[in-house]
Amino acid sequence: MSRRPEWPEISFQDRMDTTRFDVHERAHIVVDGDTCAGCTTRECVVACPANLFVPTSDGGIVFNYEQCFECGTCYLVCNREGAISWSYPDGGHGVVFRRT
Amino acid sequence: MTAEPVAVDVVVVGAGPAGSCAATALARRGHSVILLERGPFAGSKNMYGGVVYPRILDQLHPNWWEEVPIQRWITRRSTMVLTDSQAMTVDFRSQHWADPPYNGATAYRPDFDHWLAQKAEADGVQVVTSTTAVGLLRDEAGRIVGVRTDRPDGDLRASVVIACDGVNSFLAKEAGLFREHQTAADNYTVGVKETIALPRDVIEQRFGVRGREGVDIEILGGTGGVNGGGFVYTNLDTLGVGVVLKLPALAAQQQRPEEIIADLKAHPAIAPLVEGGEVVEYSAHLIPEAGRSMMPTLTTDGMLVAGDAASMCLAAGIWLEGVNFAMASGMYAGEATADALAAGDTSAPGLAGYERRLGDTFVLRDHDKLHRAPGLVLSDRVQHQYPQMIANVVERVFRVDNPQPKPGLRRIVREERKRAGIGIRDLARDAWTGLRSFG
Repeated sequence: MSRRPEWPEISFQDRMDTTRFDVHERAHIVVDGDTCAGCTTRECVVACPANLFVPTSDGGIVFNYEQCFECGTCYLVCNREGAISWSYPDGGHGVVFRRT
Repeated sequence: MTAEPVAVDVVVVGAGPAGSCAATALARRGHSVILLERGPFAGSKNMYGGVVYPRILDQLHPNWWEEVPIQRWITRRSTMVLTDSQAMTVDFRSQHWADPPYNGATAYRPDFDHWLAQKAEADGVQVVTSTTAVGLLRDEAGRIVGVRTDRPDGDLRASVVIACDGVNSFLAKEAGLFREHQTAADNYTVGVKETIALPRDVIEQRFGVRGREGVDIEILGGTGGVNGGGFVYTNLDTLGVGVVLKLPALAAQQQRPEEIIADLKAHPAIAPLVEGGEVVEYSAHLIPEAGRSMMPTLTTDGMLVAGDAASMCLAAGIWLEGVNFAMASGMYAGEATADALAAGDTSAPGLAGYERRLGDTFVLRDHDKLHRAPGLVLSDRVQHQYPQMIANVVERVFRVDNPQPKPGLRRIVREERKRAGIGIRDLARDAWTGLRSFG
């Protein structure tokens, strides 16, 4: 399926910018680059709704925690033990939904 | 006992619908309750796929409809089967659902959940926001005696902990209440949604409703190669448009969630509904999809689990419910805890009134009856083959092929079943499973 609407789709960054995040300085999710380096399946890259897992040219993964929905998809789909250390942000921080 | 004094009778973790109802039930019985919420306000971490069915609130908040902050009362319920180029919709409308006590409503969860937590506060519950529970406290014997929070000096001791900490429930996992297969990715879907702004009158024209009436469209098909479903529902001046995607299937292909939504929005049956709208919020949340088979042990010494934390969501195809199961399980957890505190026994046997209440009511009765439904609904045949077969059958029934005479319905069904690659045995087996679940 390659249909696209006739009106312009918003860019992914604009889409993410519609949602409010009160970012804490502590990263609540930590990705172990060494564990990811040999991963060929990379389930997180396609599945993360916030597109926070970005492959690098040297075969690694760069991860940004700032605009995370705190959904849990990444650690559930990941096949590599210990690659993703997942916790909630400190109280009062992270995503703040308003019209969901 | 050398233990420190108990700060409160009960700590409830998570001020979603389960937590607020648990806390309210306890406060009404005279117990001291702290309701912890990790977001800046109750509801700030929550999203859902369309409709809340609030009748269970009759028991805690009679005449709730006079004050509950909803968007629209659902008076039109559509079930749509989509293929790439076809759509078949069963559309039902009832004006009985336009007046109290109503049936379902759309709402913004940050509004709805916040209201429910405020009701708990009005009953004497101490609501503590911006505070994350990071672990369980145990005594020397290993019994759960409270929670650790991320506040300085943040240990909270209580006679009972009620974990309503959502679908990822780290407290239930830490307590060892899940078996390993119950938290496998296969049991979960991720819901991804756009909130799309449109003028109120445009929504009412496009969806054929007036005033506070609203529409919920549940969609089978339209999620590309990923097993799941879609939805479109009306708020006052926004639409909720999104997809629910099975995790392993999503991770095993190349189309990202927002691209799957874009394709759904571009479908000829959906595009005229959403056209010209502006995305004003984007969100995602996990759904415990597998129902009864993924429910953890519900009570242990000093702790109970309710709501999504206990996998109480009902994802049974024609019935997609969760908030009501959360509110009910929370309320029954609160009542059972009050009984246990009164009897002076908060061990697992002392808290057994919880599971007894769930078993006596819709919470476990619906889940038990429908325990095969989630697997059936997310099966490849129901997801891909049956929609194609149904759409083709209907297309041929209504196609006038003159000078060809009309073919018989039986022949059409037989031919389309074969064309969709559905074996007669599989069809019979699925029909039997469906009958046993839904019949």
